[in-house]
Formats: sequence, C-alpha cells, structure tokens
Amino acid sequence: MRFAMAIDTRKCVGCSDCVVACQTENYVPIGYCRDWVVEVNDGTYPQLEMEIRSERCNHCTNSPCVRCCPTGASHYDYGGTVLVTPHKCIGCGACIASCPYDARYTHPKGYVDKCTFCVHRVKEGLPPACVAVCPTKCLYFGDTDDPRSEISQVLKKRKFKRLIPEAGTDPNLYFLI
Amino acid sequence: MREELIISGRMNPMVDPNLNIWHWQIPTYLFLGGIAAGILFFASLYYIMGREKKYTAAIKWAPLLTPFLLALGLGALFLDLNHKAFFWQLYLTIRFESPMSWGAWILMIITPLSVIWSATWLKELFPGWKWKYPILDQWEAYFIKHRFIIAWIMLIASVILGVYTGILLSAFNARPLWNTSILGPLFFASSLSTGAAVIMFMAKSHLERNIFSRIDLIMIAIELFLIVHMFMGFQASTQVQIDAANMFLGGPYTEVFWIFVVFIGLLLPAFLEVLELLGYKIPIVLTSALVLTGGLFLRFIIVYAGQASRYLY
Repeated sequence: MRFAMAIDTRKCVGCSDCVVACQTENYVPIGYCRDWVVEVNDGTYPQLEMEIRSERCNHCTNSPCVRCCPTGASHYDYGGTVLVTPHKCIGCGACIASCPYDARYTHPKGYVDKCTFCVHRVKEGLPPACVAVCPTKCLYFGDTDDPRSEISQVLKKRKFKRLIPEAGTDPNLYFLI
Repeated sequence: MREELIISGRMNPMVDPNLNIWHWQIPTYLFLGGIAAGILFFASLYYIMGREKKYTAAIKWAPLLTPFLLALGLGALFLDLNHKAFFWQLYLTIRFESPMSWGAWILMIITPLSVIWSATWLKELFPGWKWKYPILDQWEAYFIKHRFIIAWIMLIASVILGVYTGILLSAFNARPLWNTSILGPLFFASSLSTGAAVIMFMAKSHLERNIFSRIDLIMIAIELFLIVHMFMGFQASTQVQIDAANMFLGGPYTEVFWIFVVFIGLLLPAFLEVLELLGYKIPIVLTSALVLTGGLFLRFIIVYAGQASRYLY
C-alpha cells in the first residue's frame, strides 16, 4: 500500500479551507499549520499565468527526515505515511532542517509535529480532513499501488508534476497540471 | 517575472519566513567539540609516536581542558533540544543513517576517555596530587598500563568527532549550502587548527610552540584550499547551490565571512605564524586568539547561512 495525494492545480481556487479543516481536525496549535496554499504568478501583464497549489508533507518514499532522526521518532507507518512518535522525539530539530518542503514544525509542547495524512481517519475508511472539505473537489487521496483506485486513475489520465524531486526524496504529492 | 507566495499565511515559528531552528547552541557545540577533537587527536597521535617527553603541552596539559570543553558542548546541545525530558531516547538506539545518532554515541565514548586520559597525567603534572579513595589509585595504575590502547581508541574517536561536526550539516540535502561533502574535511581541518592553537598557547618549550605553529600553518593552508574548492564546487552545481554560494559572493554573508573567517581567522594568523618562523617575536596569545575567533565565526556563519539557503519559495 502506498498512500499519496493528487492536487488539481486547475481546480484549486486557494480558499484555504483545507488549512482550516486540518487545524480543526488535528488540534493544530494556534499560529501553526500542517498544510498551506501557494500561489505562483508567472509572466507580466497581459501574459500572466497563475498556479495555485495546496501543499503539505510529501510523505516521501525516501524521507530525509526519517533518515536523519537520531532516535527513530520519525518513521514510516501505515501505507508509507511518515509519522512522528511524540514520546520518542527529543526535539533536536534535525528533521525540520532536513525537510526541503519545510513541512515540519516544533509543537509548543516540544516535540516535532506535521501532517499525518489524517491516518486516524484513513484507518476508519474516511478521507483526510482536507480532502473531505475541499469545496472544488480538487484533492484526491488514495493508494497508488492499487491501479483501480481513484488516484491511480486520475494520475493515468492527467499530466502531473512533483515538487523538487531533484532533492532525492521521491515525494508522494502529485500536482495535476 | 515569477513570484511564489504562501497565500494561506503559513507562519510556523522557527520555520517561517526563514528556517531558524538552530540558534547559538549548535555552532557553539561544533566549535567546542572541534577544539576538543583537535587536542585529543594531537595528544593521542604524538603519544603513539612516542613524543611524550617532547610535547608535554599537547599530550598532558591541553587534554586537561577537554573534559570541560566537551561538557560545555554537551550542555549547549542539551539546551538546543525542545523536548528535553526525552533526551535519553538518543541512547536507546543506534541509527547508522543519522549523523546525530553517531555524534551522540561518539560523545559517549570520547568524553569518558578524555576524563581518563587527563586523570592519568595528574600525578605527573601536579606532584602533590593524591586520590581520595585507594580504588582510584588502582584504576589509575590500570589505565596507565593500557595508555597505548586508550590512545588508539581516542585517535580514531577524535577523527570521527572532528569529521562528524561537518557531516552533521552536509547530510541535509534540503539546505543547499550544507549539502557538500567538503564540510566534513573543512570542519576537521578547522578542528585541528583550533586544537593546535590551544596547544601552541599552552606550550612552554620553544620547540613545541614552533612545531604546533607550523602544524597550524599547514591546517590554515588546507582550510583556504577547501573553502575555495567549496565555492568552485557550488558554482559548477545546480541553481540552488549557485544561490547558496552567492550568499557569500556578494550576498548578505559576504563581509562577515571574508573579513572574520578568511582574513581575521586564517590569513592574519598565517601571516603572524610565518613572521614568527622567520624569527620575529609575535605574542602567541594573539595568534591563538585569532585562530579561535576564526573557527568560532566559521561555525556560526555556516550554521546560520545554511538555514537561509533553500529550495522553495
């Protein structure tokens, strides 16, 4: 099983509902966020192009954060998700420095925190909170190892890109373009 | 024109707008650990080579500082942790992929060794020294008997400690400035240079001071070569690494790096050492202080600048 997410940059309107849903679902402390929305503007008027991306942890297959964690708190879990075990984390910050996407932060309680792909919901058969609330239905979540899953189908049909694959992380967020 | 903006207002403390997760603690530790690695390297190397009588400062006096340097460094590392109550988790596992795990374990080996090494010379250095408990005399005799083995372990451990301070940073491919294997040798050379500077300052005989002044000169030459080499490598690499190099070649870190590290920390002490070798009288404290300042600035600048170099946004 290999969980991944596809984000349709042609449908995303940048409403940030995914960000708020995540904060509410996961009790993210005030002032922090596990997902965020990026707007890219290219060119000069009137030749303008815009892309909007909802971003979060890439749950990389070759995660630098898991590699550099000295205690094994950062680890691969259910379906290839990258998770942190709070009571093993010493808060050294190595994983935060190692993440090219800056997807991690230090929780006010001291341990490192990040997107979990809402694995607690996924285990119950529910989609992650951000996917569930998206008003334009631009987020797809599923198992890319299963060729019949919705995400596999959409990745077969559409062109996509991944963010800085040259960092050697083998990321699992697919941006449909 | 291309502009990338986080429109949902991500402002995670210590991550945005620029990564700022490591503050003074890490460079301070890298600096203190580096000096200790340098001193212990020379102490064990020259002991193995049988120069015990000749280089008393390197083998006997300077190592007395190392337990304190390592303890201070470890203290700084502890202060860096955000989840302090769980620090012991470091010692429940060995993770070969993680340089920080290597570092934690190598410190666990070299810190007691530095204490043992220093303790075995105390009676010789301070003739009135007496151990409070007789068992310590037995231990001392045991360790003195096996000094040669201790020296070998310490030699290897000090090399790992010296190189690891650089590897710790170079393992992060997310920070283009750190992601160069030159940092390992560069930080090791700097460790040996700062270690030699301390020994040079503590040396009583002219001969020893002269030798370590020469060693320091060679290390400075190697550091200069590695620094040039590092920037050449960056310039011939990917865009993010070119950007990283440009922080030092016209960007915000230009003045502080070239003035404090290269000029004050490398060129000036090298010049003074050459003058000394030519027979001029140069106060040794000045040369040592300059080398140490350079080493400290190198660590601080690399740690801070590395956090400012990135791939996205």
